Amino acid sequence: MSRATREAYRDSLLPLLKRHSDLMCLDSDTGLFNADHATAAGDQYLNLGIAEQNLLGVAAGMAACGRVPFVNTMAAFATSRALETIKVDIAYNRLPVRIMATHGGLAAGHLGPTHQALEDLAVMRVLPSMTVVVPADAAATEAFVDQSLNLPGPLYVRLGRKPTPELPAAPPPVIGQAQTLREGGDVVFACCGPYPVLACLAAADVLAQQGIGATVLNMHTLRPFDTQTLVAAARPAALVVTLEEHWRGGGLGGAVAETLAEAAPTRVLRLGMPDQFVDEVGNQEHLVAHYDLTAERVVRAVRTALDTEARPGKTDRKELIS
Amino acid sequence: MNATPVLERTSLASAAARIRSHVVDMCAGPEGGHLGGALSCADVLAALYFSVLNVDPRRPDDPDRDRFLLSKGHAAVGLYAALAERGFFPVGELAGYGRPGSRLMGHPVRAVPGVELPTGSLGHGLALGCGFALAARYAGRSARSFVLLGDGELQEGSVWEAAIAAVSLRLDRLVAVVDRNGLQLTGPTDAIAPMEPLADRWRGFGWAVREVGGHDPDELAAHLDCAPWEPGKPSVLIARTVKGQGLPFLAGRSASHYVTLSPRNHARAVRGLRAAEDAA
Repeated sequence: MSRATREAYRDSLLPLLKRHSDLMCLDSDTGLFNADHATAAGDQYLNLGIAEQNLLGVAAGMAACGRVPFVNTMAAFATSRALETIKVDIAYNRLPVRIMATHGGLAAGHLGPTHQALEDLAVMRVLPSMTVVVPADAAATEAFVDQSLNLPGPLYVRLGRKPTPELPAAPPPVIGQAQTLREGGDVVFACCGPYPVLACLAAADVLAQQGIGATVLNMHTLRPFDTQTLVAAARPAALVVTLEEHWRGGGLGGAVAETLAEAAPTRVLRLGMPDQFVDEVGNQEHLVAHYDLTAERVVRAVRTALDTEARPGKTDRKELIS
Repeated sequence: MNATPVLERTSLASAAARIRSHVVDMCAGPEGGHLGGALSCADVLAALYFSVLNVDPRRPDDPDRDRFLLSKGHAAVGLYAALAERGFFPVGELAGYGRPGSRLMGHPVRAVPGVELPTGSLGHGLALGCGFALAARYAGRSARSFVLLGDGELQEGSVWEAAIAAVSLRLDRLVAVVDRNGLQLTGPTDAIAPMEPLADRWRGFGWAVREVGGHDPDELAAHLDCAPWEPGKPSVLIARTVKGQGLPFLAGRSASHYVTLSPRNHARAVRGLRAAEDAA
């Protein structure tokens, strides 16, 4: 089974609009809502055109007057182009605007770096009052849309574009609580988003056969960050590996490194996009493999780190910093 | 004409004079302030707060109130003066402006009673105003939303994004005022980024447009009171103003943009305001 998280968002929002007359769906001509969806949403749906700053400003104005807008935009444009609007008009005022950002990470695929968002999590998670979530599949998306009804402040949801695989069945994730998908004592994998979480689960399976136990934490909420679960898992472990569809700075890896440096110093390896813009055509799956955001990469990183730990002085620096 | 407009004129003009007097006093404080742009819009603020806006300082959260946004948030000293004079907070608090511990920051913040949303980063107000107007329509309220823009601020592209949206959404309870003083921080707006023919530009976007002199609060109020001027269209009043209006030694000069008045210049300013008032 695979389903696009952005479609899961749309399909779960439509019935909510019917039940809650204060909800709005504001679009920036993303095409996520077709004519039938728009008809179903009635006057609670508005397409405001290709103008992200205005879109988020209008959403803030409506939220200040008691409405709860869900804003359809693309992650790259919301968090870079309209960042100041999000900071000043939404986060500063703690307004309940839901920024539903599609094409997160490498999901824009062949559309290229202008449409890819590899900085969004770093940018969003430093804003006071902002809640930041990365659902790893359609079911998680539905759960987060539902839970957002009880969230008084702003919310950033990083969604995908095309269908992505669903996670193995687990209780629905809860905003703010890391999801422990596997338990093992030797290493901890902290990850978020569809492909990274699946890669870490697969890596844990491989390592288990080699006698290395891995805890897999789906850190779907980057803010507020569940430091308690992370610290408890990291304390007994020799190594924490983070994996995300994001540049290596400031995102999930940044959150994990900051947290552990203060609360439970543990060796942290941050795996993510190398320090470059995507330079070749490919869909999301291709790019994820091409830039090695894979189970094999995680296994290799763990083996190298544990081996060098056992034999100090033989650190493969290239491997550690790549 | 009966006697009422005369009384209103007296009252609005004196409200504007009191706003100017507070602005000058605040700009003599330790941090100074955006003097020129606060004085250029003082008559607009007087018209809004003492005639046009349906607001009640005793019930600042009344859901049926009109909403006002100072998009040119750097004119905060003008807004603070207007709000205090209108009774949203004690006039005595203005003396704290710019001093450590005061809530009266250099740009309006929500902690100040009567401020709807913080502003100051330019180009944000009109989109927020669209949101206010839309929300009022959805709630079935007849309240109007007013946004005061600076003319230099019109260089921000987001203003025009919102101008397009307001027309497309037929937000005829949205009213913008452009404080057309012609000057920005470093010189004439039209030398830095030509904006004329300004009325045609707004008209071309689909707004109902009027252009008036910006220093007769009575006339300003008359126009703003009867907006919307054309059914289904948002309204914009282009108020031709003078930066630093009321201070002979600074009026019409971009040097008036941000000023910390020395005691000597503060005294000059007070004398200038008095002379301007006597001449009126």
